[in-house]
Amino acid sequence: MSIKNRAVPYLLAAPYALVFAFFFLIPLILVVVVSFWDYTEYSIIPDFITTNYTDAFYGCISKLPELCTAFATYISTFKFVFLTWILTLIIGFAVAYYLAFCINTLSIQIALFLLCTIPFWTSNVIRMISWIPLLGRNGLVNQTLQSLGLTTEPVDWLLYSGFSVTLAFVHLYTLFMVVPIFNSMMRIDRSVLEAAYDAGASGWQTLWNVIIPLCKPGIAIGSIFVITIVMGDFITIGVMGGQQIASIGKIIQVEMSYLQFPSAAANAVILLALTLLIIVAMTRIVDVRREL
Amino acid sequence: MASRSTKIWLGIFFALFIAFLYGPMLTIFVLSFQGPQGGLTFPMNGFSTHWFQTLWEGMGVVDIGRAFRRSIALGLVVMVITVVLGLMAGLAFRKPFKGSGALFYITVASLIVPSIVVSLGVALQFRLMDEALKAFGQKHEIEWIVQEFTTTMGLFSSGMGAQLTWTLPFGLLIMFAVFNRFDPSYEEAARDLGAGPWATFREAVLPIIAPSLVGVALFGFTLSYDELARSSQAIGGLNTLPLELRGLTTTVTDPSIYALGTLTTAVSFVVIAISLLVAWLIRRRRLGHGSDAGKGLV
Repeated sequence: MSIKNRAVPYLLAAPYALVFAFFFLIPLILVVVVSFWDYTEYSIIPDFITTNYTDAFYGCISKLPELCTAFATYISTFKFVFLTWILTLIIGFAVAYYLAFCINTLSIQIALFLLCTIPFWTSNVIRMISWIPLLGRNGLVNQTLQSLGLTTEPVDWLLYSGFSVTLAFVHLYTLFMVVPIFNSMMRIDRSVLEAAYDAGASGWQTLWNVIIPLCKPGIAIGSIFVITIVMGDFITIGVMGGQQIASIGKIIQVEMSYLQFPSAAANAVILLALTLLIIVAMTRIVDVRREL
Repeated sequence: MASRSTKIWLGIFFALFIAFLYGPMLTIFVLSFQGPQGGLTFPMNGFSTHWFQTLWEGMGVVDIGRAFRRSIALGLVVMVITVVLGLMAGLAFRKPFKGSGALFYITVASLIVPSIVVSLGVALQFRLMDEALKAFGQKHEIEWIVQEFTTTMGLFSSGMGAQLTWTLPFGLLIMFAVFNRFDPSYEEAARDLGAGPWATFREAVLPIIAPSLVGVALFGFTLSYDELARSSQAIGGLNTLPLELRGLTTTVTDPSIYALGTLTTAVSFVVIAISLLVAWLIRRRRLGHGSDAGKGLV
């Protein structure tokens, strides 16, 4: 091959790589660097201090066993991560299973799959707001409950609560589970299932011993997506929590609005480290690249 | 295979899931036609297009029309860049090259690094660039920097870059899926017929992958048009529509916000419909042209 030909892939990949160098790698490095800087009310000062990290957990050790704000926020965030993960996994798996194994016509399969994906291409904020007329104090759910005589007072915890935040997460992100799990299921050779059936396996045994192990890659990819999105979220928790519920992402956002960039950067590094830990644990189970 | 009763139960579950996905959307669509006296919830107090008119006349301080046009413009630019750069990188990745592994991991990392961290990083970068530029201008007494320069942050600089870190990975991953299923014998045939690399790409590869490129374009546009988390800290002074919308959720207390929701969702649906239609047309045209069997050609 000539030198000209060998340069082709590099030239083709260069613009793409440059975008990521400039808008992703350098910014990430800056976050780490600035997390060690000092700051005043109106400026940030190059330095090498660790107070931004110690401030993030100020008083957390001395206060034990009582929870400091930071620990309480982390636990609250982890709670949303866990609830959203388990719910999207169960719902996403069932939906993918139906699409992959209960629909036999390819065109119907594609049509139903599109039906599931279309909301993904619409605005998330609108999809959050759309719960307000249903869950509000005078919303449809409360009206129904009261007319049925189940409650006399409107139920308050439906909106601007942990419940509505979790509901919105599940509503927004179940698709991230459906797509990769569906992809894994479509690759399962149908004769494997028939072999399980012929060998006398019950439906549940086939599900547990054949289908789920073969879907592991899809489950892992979907889980990584859902977990990382919820870990760093500040918008859904803000809008659906009525700006009353704390999260790690929200701490960063609030600090940025006060121009406390080094402090926000330190929290960002901690968030990043926690997220990467979870992902490394997940990629131990599966080789992501092989699945595309 | 699934038994009959499993199929029925899962079918019901699937129907409920679809209702869960679309139900809330439907309620704001209905409520946006609320009568002039109507409120944020049911019952409907008459039926009117009053709230769309309110929207048309503007919602207080926020200029929705401008924000809308900004979002469309940014979406189109991000779409074009995503398709072109995604396609180029996709072609490059067909054979392993030095650094391809690293670039792949950066792509995946960009999808899973929390958006607020990316947004913070881009904001920091442009802030530091501003400060460096101002210091440079003052040191060398460059007049326009001292007098006029305020910031490098903006819709088509930091805002666009932050969004590209979200749209480009989807573009490349779709290209991976496309080229993993691509039959290279078409290219070999083109080469055997004497086509050079460019002609092979244009005449053989591009027509085959065109419907998938429409898919990449759809992802590029809609992900940008609805993007919120990554651009939130990095957009500069002028907000996009989703950012304005998020602000409005706390201040607007009448159905005009539903009217706005109905409008933006309608835009999304139109874009999705156009994409599906174009992809379908390309495919049909290709089927029509693909074979000359029975056409009596020599």
